[in-house]
Amino acid sequence: MSATDRPWRSLDEIDGSGDSTAPSPLTEYGPPRIERRSLLKMMAATTAAAGLGACSRPEAILPYVDQPEMLVPGIPVTYATTLSSQGFGIGALVETHEGRPVKVEGNPDHPSSLGATDAVMQAAVWTLFDPDRSRTPVKRGATAPFADFLADAARLRAQMAADKGASAALLIEPTTSPTVLHQLSALRKTYPALRIFMHDTLATPGEGEATRHLFGRDLAVLPRFDRASRILSLDSDFLAEGAGRLAHARAFTANRRVRKQGDGMNRLYVLETTPTITGAAADHRLAMRPSHADAAAAAISSALSGEALPGDLPVDANFIRIMAEDMRAAGRDALVVAGSHQSAHVHAAALAANMALGSLGHTVELIERPGAFRFDGDLADLCEAIREKQIRSVLALAHDPVATAPVDADAAGAFSGLDLLIHWGLYRNNTAVLADWHIPAAHDLESWGDLRGHDGTASLQQPMIRPLFGGKTLPEMLAVLSPEPAGDARALVRETWQALDDDEWQHALKRGVLEGSAATPADVRPAGRRPETLRRDRRTSGLDIRFVADPFLGDGRHANCAMLQELPNPVTRTVWGNGAFISPATASSLGISDGQAITISHDGRRLAAPALIVPGQPDSTVTLTLGHIRSSDQTVTRDARGHDAYPLRQAGSPWLATGAAIEPSDGEMDLVTTQHHQRMEGRDILRTATLADLREGRLPEPEPEPESLYPEWEYEQEAWGMSIDLTACIGCMACVSACQAENNIPAVGPEECAAGHEMHWLRIDRYYTGPPEAPGTHFQPVPCMHCEKAPCEVVCPVNATVHTHDGLNAQVYNRCIGTRYCSQNCPYKVRRFNFFDYQDFGEDADLRQAGRNPDVTVRSRGVMEKCTYCVQRISRARIDAKIDNRLIADGDVVTACQQACPAQAISFGNLNDPDARVVADKAAPHDYALLAHLGTRPRTTYLAEIKNPHPDLAKPQGEDTADG
Amino acid sequence: MSQLFGPHFNGIARFVLWGGAALVLVLIAVAAALPRSALVTGTDRVVAQPVPFSHKHHAGELGIDCRYCHTGVETSSFAGLPPTETCMTCHSQLWTNAGMLAPVRQSLSSGKPIAWNRVHDLPDYVYFNHAIHVDKGVGCTTCHGRIDRMAMTWQAKPLTMSWCLDCHRDPEPNLRPKEAVFETGWQPPDDIARLRALLMKEENIHPETMTDCYVCHR
Repeated sequence: MSATDRPWRSLDEIDGSGDSTAPSPLTEYGPPRIERRSLLKMMAATTAAAGLGACSRPEAILPYVDQPEMLVPGIPVTYATTLSSQGFGIGALVETHEGRPVKVEGNPDHPSSLGATDAVMQAAVWTLFDPDRSRTPVKRGATAPFADFLADAARLRAQMAADKGASAALLIEPTTSPTVLHQLSALRKTYPALRIFMHDTLATPGEGEATRHLFGRDLAVLPRFDRASRILSLDSDFLAEGAGRLAHARAFTANRRVRKQGDGMNRLYVLETTPTITGAAADHRLAMRPSHADAAAAAISSALSGEALPGDLPVDANFIRIMAEDMRAAGRDALVVAGSHQSAHVHAAALAANMALGSLGHTVELIERPGAFRFDGDLADLCEAIREKQIRSVLALAHDPVATAPVDADAAGAFSGLDLLIHWGLYRNNTAVLADWHIPAAHDLESWGDLRGHDGTASLQQPMIRPLFGGKTLPEMLAVLSPEPAGDARALVRETWQALDDDEWQHALKRGVLEGSAATPADVRPAGRRPETLRRDRRTSGLDIRFVADPFLGDGRHANCAMLQELPNPVTRTVWGNGAFISPATASSLGISDGQAITISHDGRRLAAPALIVPGQPDSTVTLTLGHIRSSDQTVTRDARGHDAYPLRQAGSPWLATGAAIEPSDGEMDLVTTQHHQRMEGRDILRTATLADLREGRLPEPEPEPESLYPEWEYEQEAWGMSIDLTACIGCMACVSACQAENNIPAVGPEECAAGHEMHWLRIDRYYTGPPEAPGTHFQPVPCMHCEKAPCEVVCPVNATVHTHDGLNAQVYNRCIGTRYCSQNCPYKVRRFNFFDYQDFGEDADLRQAGRNPDVTVRSRGVMEKCTYCVQRISRARIDAKIDNRLIADGDVVTACQQACPAQAISFGNLNDPDARVVADKAAPHDYALLAHLGTRPRTTYLAEIKNPHPDLAKPQGEDTADG
Repeated sequence: MSQLFGPHFNGIARFVLWGGAALVLVLIAVAAALPRSALVTGTDRVVAQPVPFSHKHHAGELGIDCRYCHTGVETSSFAGLPPTETCMTCHSQLWTNAGMLAPVRQSLSSGKPIAWNRVHDLPDYVYFNHAIHVDKGVGCTTCHGRIDRMAMTWQAKPLTMSWCLDCHRDPEPNLRPKEAVFETGWQPPDDIARLRALLMKEENIHPETMTDCYVCHR
């Protein structure tokens, strides 16, 4: 029974060497020390100033001049819009207060969201009100009016008209926007020689190449996890990557919702080249060197087609045999997905396996690629053309091509040789400083636009607020080159959808989705080619480098968002930076310790980074993260300590480099992690079980509850409670960021994080089980437990934390004097203390304050805070219910974490309501309370993590032998 | 050598001792009374406004309903101040050239709002909601006083926490029938005690839930 296995949190903990990353009590952080005399002076001044408080001027109230219809000040209005994600659209509902966007939620009607959001979407409000955003057009370093730009653009247009656009080029980023694609086609007609290049930093061409090879057409693969009972992932991180991630997470976890003994669940096999949250969710996971992926895919494809396995397998043959048998038994209900970054051969092998299983058209559908367009090349091709003097002017409609270019393309060198470089973007970044013209871009929340979701569904973008800094949308920038006079941003989009009449257009704006616009499955016929012909052998000497995009910073476009910098990496728990992942075995063979500075060299280029020993990392493989870009104009990136991997990334092989080497250097490098903070000292806090355990009733007995001296409470009205399903939780961190956005939680910076002062009200603890080479990885979200017998309540000397009539453990900020006794006495360590004033009194305070949730107090220094069960949402629901003179219905109160969760792992509601979902969840046999033996009687309880391992691979996840 | 302190110092010493003790008591009394005094709470203080708007004239003499201008009061936390357009519904016809209305006309032509000065200013950590009070039968004048008699608006009640709690602990004496909530000169009928008891029951008012801190602070 795995519940008795003691989970571990770090390698230090296993070998007993203690707690190397725990905050040192001797280190002092924060502002410089204050001299006694200056302190006395300040105290005198403060006392004097305190007297002035009584004579403060009255606050002004500014009503509207002409109040918009339907708007009642004090009641938020929610609009549907679309947020972009690598060129795709994910539907969102944005809550605005008197015209200020404050909170992003998912749009339940949008197939890529289904009501869920991820961390990056939650951060949209922070990036919108980012004071570092570019504020004016800039011409060669000096601010200039936009009209001047239009004049220069007219000259460019005249020149393009003369040479048919031959000496000019457009550089754009991936987009599925029908308006933009329509404009691009129109520009091609106007300027037949104009070349349009695509800069996709996270390009994954393998899938398109594979479908062209097998079916003769460029198609997109649409896995249908809801229909699959057996799933094999060939290095696919489908829960975290790609525009369909939220929909996939929902569909995948829908079949893992165990509540009764008879419930079934799907089974996930994962072969992966670096630890991901998808691997953590797997029932069987095998680590695999990236350079072995092709051989493994070929072997698996033949095994699934019923052919014999080849002799020299790079992965465990027993695993493949048993897995293939299991998959073949499931037949068309089985599903093989290939990692989007994988080679065309791996994609083709996966498709061939699906065809052999009969699942093509059932668990896998092929659709026309949303936003398909024929480009003239990528950034490397553009740089080549510039160096050959074919192109003299470039309109770069891309975030930061200079910083994200493949290193062998030398984009900075090429761009400096241009006659005219126009950059359009949110920041005056590395590309903007090289440009002759920089034009500020409009943020997604300021834009009119349209985008397609992962399944091709079109949805509209509408602005929540007028552009703060006069930013332009992408269609507006393209219209500058068009010979016809440019319309405004809305008109450009409206024109694309002129087939809709005004009512239909309004309806589409209101719903956020254009009904019936999803792609229909393509009717495909195999072209008769075999996948193997796509296979290219890779060098396997030396080490492999696996490049991954940072899960939150993406390719670097979100690097200036403090919320995303401070969100712990789901697997490694590092914040404000990254390390080079290496396996424990590789580290010991090279004599490298955790956090030690290392130099990774490849093809004559070198990169210094701290080593991060990650259990479950394949041996002889280094994982490097893209996205930790720094730029002098971006103040958040200046504080960050990331080590960006672009300097080692080459054009031909963006995701994998072979033949690399590592040298240990002297000294340690900064690696801030939340790994050891709030550890729970090896008690029985994380419970796992197998489906068989559950079916056969082999679950641990409930712990006896000790007698309590604490007062008893009675609940005549509601009694709130929460249930968190650890089987469904995929560890994606959406809940943490949603909580941060909803509750005005500050980001505190790397120094404070290193001291253990991060402010997240909801944290996710990660545990490992099994051997360090191939561990099982588990996630446990920990908010305030709202204990029935709360230890924090009795120790507060000023009664600032109190029990309410509906069972909440309320924190009263205006009473709190900051003794921190409550935090000391909290066994779950979920209370957070404001050591400093994080509340933006500096320059641009207005801008930052505009994004705050007005329904939640902004806390000041010296105050304790913690999860409130989103009491502002409870209050809103209660007042609405009381006005209607009814009871609060189940589902009226949805906490921010619950609403964001793509896996619907969190349920919340009234425990006195027998029909509430949370009551049903808590009735499941594997429900348990954290540290129940303390007798705190938490209102937040967990459903133990249930895995569904194959009986013949007997041992639970993580104990399979890893690839060497 | 003569003594440093002669006998007459006894009186001074007594004065210092008793006087000091009295001073401490006075200071405590002042410290206790000051926060409750009108000086600090701002009760009865008339606040100057850019336009000398008279509730006495509009609500009292003309009998315009509160909700004509304060449109959000039944649905929102914020009762709402009328947009300039609302002022102009009448004042585009009446007193179109009055000097005191110049800021209103200016606001309409420039598109800039009139900056009214707040009369009832609660601390930022208090989340007051108008809708629930009005919908449960607390009349406007219960908290705002006889607004229909105020030429210039002032704060009629202290708005201290203890004043709020007095009603939250025992709301019954402050309830009135729903149709009378916006009636400024409302007089309780003879059977008001019975009506109030009925309201408590019908409106599901539970005072035991109304003193939790998070009802107002969150």
